Amino acid sequence: MAFPSLKSLLLAATIIAGTSFAAHAQVVYERGNDADPETLDPHKTSTVSEANILMDLFEGLTTYAADGSVIPGVAESWEVSDDLLTYTFHLRDDARWSNGEPVTADDFVYSFQRMLNPATAAQYAIMLYPIANAQGVNEGTMPPEMLGARAIDPSTLEVTLMAPAPYFLQMLAHQSTFPVYRPNVEEFGDTFVRPGNLISNGAYTLQSFTPNDRIVLVKNPMFHDAANVAIDQVNYYPIQDRSACMRRFEAGEIDSCSDVALEQLDYILANFPEAYREAPYLGTYYYAVDMRQPGFDDVRVRTALSMAIDREFLAEDIWANTMVPAYSLVPPGTNNYVEPPFLSFMNESILDREDMARELLAEAGFGPNNPLQVNIIHNAGENHANTATAIADMWANIGVQTTIEAQESASFYPYLQNGGEFEVARAGWIADYNDPQNFLFMLQSNNPSFNYAHYNNPEYDMLMEEAGRTPDLDARAQLLYQAEELAMRDEPFIPLMHYSSHSLVSTGLHGWDDTLQNFHPTRWMSLDE
Amino acid sequence: MARYILRRLAIAIPTLFIIVSISFFLMRVAPGGPFSRERPLDPTVLANIERAYHLSDPLFLQYLRYLGNLLRGDLGPSFVFRDFTVQDLFRTGLPASIQLGAWALLISVVLGVVLGVIAALYQNRTVDYAVIGTAAIGITIPSFVVAPVLSLVIGVWLDWLPTGGWGQGAWQYKVLPIATLALPQVAIIARLTRGSMIEALRSNHVRTARAYGLPTRSVVVVHSLRGAILPVVSYLGPAAAGLVTGSVVVEEIFTVPGIGRYFVQAALGRDYTLVMGTVVVIAVFILLFNLVVDLLYALIDPRIRYD
Repeated sequence: MAFPSLKSLLLAATIIAGTSFAAHAQVVYERGNDADPETLDPHKTSTVSEANILMDLFEGLTTYAADGSVIPGVAESWEVSDDLLTYTFHLRDDARWSNGEPVTADDFVYSFQRMLNPATAAQYAIMLYPIANAQGVNEGTMPPEMLGARAIDPSTLEVTLMAPAPYFLQMLAHQSTFPVYRPNVEEFGDTFVRPGNLISNGAYTLQSFTPNDRIVLVKNPMFHDAANVAIDQVNYYPIQDRSACMRRFEAGEIDSCSDVALEQLDYILANFPEAYREAPYLGTYYYAVDMRQPGFDDVRVRTALSMAIDREFLAEDIWANTMVPAYSLVPPGTNNYVEPPFLSFMNESILDREDMARELLAEAGFGPNNPLQVNIIHNAGENHANTATAIADMWANIGVQTTIEAQESASFYPYLQNGGEFEVARAGWIADYNDPQNFLFMLQSNNPSFNYAHYNNPEYDMLMEEAGRTPDLDARAQLLYQAEELAMRDEPFIPLMHYSSHSLVSTGLHGWDDTLQNFHPTRWMSLDE
Repeated sequence: MARYILRRLAIAIPTLFIIVSISFFLMRVAPGGPFSRERPLDPTVLANIERAYHLSDPLFLQYLRYLGNLLRGDLGPSFVFRDFTVQDLFRTGLPASIQLGAWALLISVVLGVVLGVIAALYQNRTVDYAVIGTAAIGITIPSFVVAPVLSLVIGVWLDWLPTGGWGQGAWQYKVLPIATLALPQVAIIARLTRGSMIEALRSNHVRTARAYGLPTRSVVVVHSLRGAILPVVSYLGPAAAGLVTGSVVVEEIFTVPGIGRYFVQAALGRDYTLVMGTVVVIAVFILLFNLVVDLLYALIDPRIRYD
């Protein structure tokens, strides 16, 4: 059962019975998702499992095209002031809520205020922090009305930023900044997101949600681009067991899987290679070194450890080529950036690197008589364990003795985030927006919950702050480049691999483009009969 | 009898209270919390969330609040499925788990007892070896192997049944999960029945019944099985509670929306209220089935009286 009333069920049944006699058959897309959403309230969203569903249900001021580029959404056009601080958005006339009411500038003002209101407890609140006074509102020190967003008239919205943010338009395509319908929230409170209650403004509306079973979305006839939406119904299935998703895909019960099990890659490539999709994904897998620990505060030790790691082996043999070797923190190809500064030894052979690493360790006072001892901690997971074991072997080649400790994820991350001590810890980061700042901000010294390494370099902090104030994109990119250069010289984080996304997509499903952020709105897709 | 049942129910309440209290505090000893993620939360944001869910209150206050709500039948909001309350989740999950569990239980009792009796009657002959051999396989192959193999062979290769999913509860979707749940139970019950039947068949009163020339059917069913079934009945209490509260393996592999998955999802996600809710449900079922077993004992075994 879901939660629609009997009446709405009967109504739905009548509609379905009625339309089934119509000439055109319903196109239903059976879509595998890695888990159920934690919530369908865009302001409370926090996981990637929600992204595609929310993008189907709602539309922000901007939105993602099939190829991952940011295009106009509810806002038809916008102007940006010369100092890059004021954005004036012009909303489209035909933007409608699913009950037929127009989407107005006030809806966005209300939604932004709601998201930043401490009572909403939004996990992604920082997405709106570029807006003037946003942080104050979220901390509860300023009333929501102080937020730098106001409606000039029903179709004109003015947003004032605190500092230039070239990624701001992209943040407005993120699911956490979508609008909600005020009368809807006021009528139902927390349960406004339930089937039967929810009024949304995207290409689809919510028909039912049965936890651990499926979520049914149906086409929204009020959507401004409904004429071009080819798929009538999307059923999202939460399938955590990736092999189960593959079997259902193979049996033709499901049209796409959002992930594949690495150990089944050979089988997939042998049996349905045309369905396998692999694309670079905006994320980095790295080891953080605790710079508070004696020995590890020495840049020579960190560099030696980094040099001795054969990243090609990790990516090819441990991760079956589903990861890409990383020599920088920011993945190459990131927007608003130049080519990142790679680690200096990137092009040296691994044997030469081992020699150099041994020399560096000797200079730092470690050698056969006084070997460096390292303890790696990682969150539990077969591939994380294999990676750590392989790295321990590589470090043994330069005379380092390594122990490995696995911890459960739920306790691992809070430990790191609360300043727990360690020597080397595994971590990973998937960017929320396509910009180098979203990687480099982790190493700022005033960011204790992300900066596991406790890297504290005033020069780095200064460059990051200056980049935050610089309106010119090229100049900003240069500042960020200099900051990353410092990070790659000091190596508080040892970059190991960049992520890639892997999916199974039926050959009958069109419009699933490979994108850097792995977003695939159903709106752009079509399905062969 | 009625007084006995009332007394048992009266004891169940403090038992439940102790289980709830111990679980509540044990769970909070585990490091981390429902909002601990790989993606760290800004301290302001985390503080807002903890306030919204009363997680920043003193633990004892949270415990009293939980008990108070529980007495009113309110299991609280889920942290993992934030749009639902724990009751909402059970309202959808429990019927699915109970359906699968009840069918699996019925099949395993009927099939297990019949196979066990046959094996005992043909002790150390081909039929017996076949039953015991199959039972050994049924017990030793874990369900996380049986389930994907069934799904692959019957769902993908032969294409007879869906590989997984729930299909709004259509029977085709239930066959493989029920088979997977029943298989080890059939095996265990067959072995239990066989063992106690062999003992019963050798006992004096059965030998006497045979000597009197009673028909084999009567000897087997009335005089042997009635006593031999008692160990099976006591096994069925906890087994039934386990079956109807869902199996995480079966539900995960066949993507069934039952409550078995919630326990693991909740424990790993530190969904405090959902863990507590699952503990309460499982405890209630265990207490209930143990009572049923004890009552069945009195019905089957004339030597047992509760007055």
